[in-house]
Amino acid sequence: MTDQTNVMINIQNIHKQYAQLTALNQVNLTVEQGEFLALVGMSGGGKSTLLRLIAGLEQPTSGSIKINQVPTNDSDSLVRVMFQEDRLLPWMTVLENLSFKSKKSAERQRALNLLELVELKDYADHYPNQLSGGQKQRVALARALMTAPKILLLDEPLGALDALTRRKMQDLILNICEKQKLTTILVTHDVDEAARMADRIVVMKQATNFYETIGPKDRRNPGQVGLVADRVLSAILDEAPVRQFQTA
Amino acid sequence: MQKAAVLSPIKTKRRPIQISWQKVLPFVIPSLIIIIWQVSSNLGWLSSSVLPSPWAVLQDGITLTLSGELPKNLSISLYRATVGLLIGGSIGFILGFINGLSRKCRLLFDSSIQMFRNIPHLALIPLIIIWLGIGESAKISLVAIGTMFPVYINTFHGIRSVDKEFIEMGQSYELSRTQMFRKIIFPAALPQILVGIRYALGVMWTTLIVAETISASSGIGYMANNAEDFVDMETVILCIVVYAVLGKISDLVAKGFESLLLDWQTTGRSKVQ
Repeated sequence: MTDQTNVMINIQNIHKQYAQLTALNQVNLTVEQGEFLALVGMSGGGKSTLLRLIAGLEQPTSGSIKINQVPTNDSDSLVRVMFQEDRLLPWMTVLENLSFKSKKSAERQRALNLLELVELKDYADHYPNQLSGGQKQRVALARALMTAPKILLLDEPLGALDALTRRKMQDLILNICEKQKLTTILVTHDVDEAARMADRIVVMKQATNFYETIGPKDRRNPGQVGLVADRVLSAILDEAPVRQFQTA
Repeated sequence: MQKAAVLSPIKTKRRPIQISWQKVLPFVIPSLIIIIWQVSSNLGWLSSSVLPSPWAVLQDGITLTLSGELPKNLSISLYRATVGLLIGGSIGFILGFINGLSRKCRLLFDSSIQMFRNIPHLALIPLIIIWLGIGESAKISLVAIGTMFPVYINTFHGIRSVDKEFIEMGQSYELSRTQMFRKIIFPAALPQILVGIRYALGVMWTTLIVAETISASSGIGYMANNAEDFVDMETVILCIVVYAVLGKISDLVAKGFESLLLDWQTTGRSKVQ
């Protein structure tokens, strides 16, 4: 049993219907404070829909989502999303994209501190079209951290990056999430990425089924990461009904 | 020391003056036309009653400028064009803005506006003369009606086609409605709005020419019409040239606004606040 006082996200019997399409059916999930959870699975499995419901960008057809024991609509400032596309406003500088052109010096200072954290302080006055794909995603990460959220939702943010940049971004995100004790949900198609980053991996299939696995205890151990990734991949491809298993 | 002595003449060598062909090219065709036109007039191939020479038109322009007639008519035309554009552009912008943002307003206004838009605004001239006479308000109203629709259509389209991902990002970052408009919707729609203004500038001059030709006692259109009555071909051609110059200046002003407000598109700099 999960300790309820430590639960940051509590999803109960969520159902999401788009006309004839059932995107999510009776989904239950709890995420503990400070936990790094990965949602993996085939396209159309409902991963991104679940993330959008948690972010409050869409409303469930039925069921409830509580953030820190409060319904999602009342707790939006606790949650920030980092999307697959950087969604930086091209008419604003990097610094302005973080502060949304706020005149408050405290906001500017926080934005500069975050840019330093993502190693882009020297690019504060640059415009998005002057940055590389990886740099843009680092700015998007810094922007997501501007309001000091408790929950960070990552909707395949590294999908468009090359392997080296992707690895660097994974390390940066892990480092920040650990230091700031963020509760994080990562949606990804990449099982290796999920195995490398997450404490717990949930496989979503056909809008309803869950397979759960525990991430490797030692992320620096490629053997353990590989083992978890293999099992997650088997779970995605496996057509057997719901089951749970643990590794490492 | 010897090396420096050898190099110094090279350093001081003056580079020949280079004229960029890109700057010269736009002037080639107008210059050729004027030269051929002038030569044809001098050789008697073109009768001055059909087409007076450029030199004669220029002389006429100088005479009318010195007499004060050209500046007076030019300023009244500019006044009508500017006021008409400001009124029509503002109405078009406000309607495009509210219809772009509000579904209720769109349902209420858009189909009526589209119906009105499809009436050629110059067809309203008889009605406007009956209602408002031939005074300033008639001409300004016609310019306003003509310029309203390009600004409306482009503002409406610009706001409706703002990237939904930016809107969603703004929502997820809890921007207020005012912030959403100021920080996301307006800057995103601005390129399209400026296209509308640029198009409206062209409509503005066309409308004014027709309005001043039909019902006016001053303005460049009136000057042309008056000159036609006296078969004063130099002044007729002069008025046409003045309209061409005014159109070109309007286009340059519009381009100037675009480069001022939208240079983040190319150079990564912005002055939109």
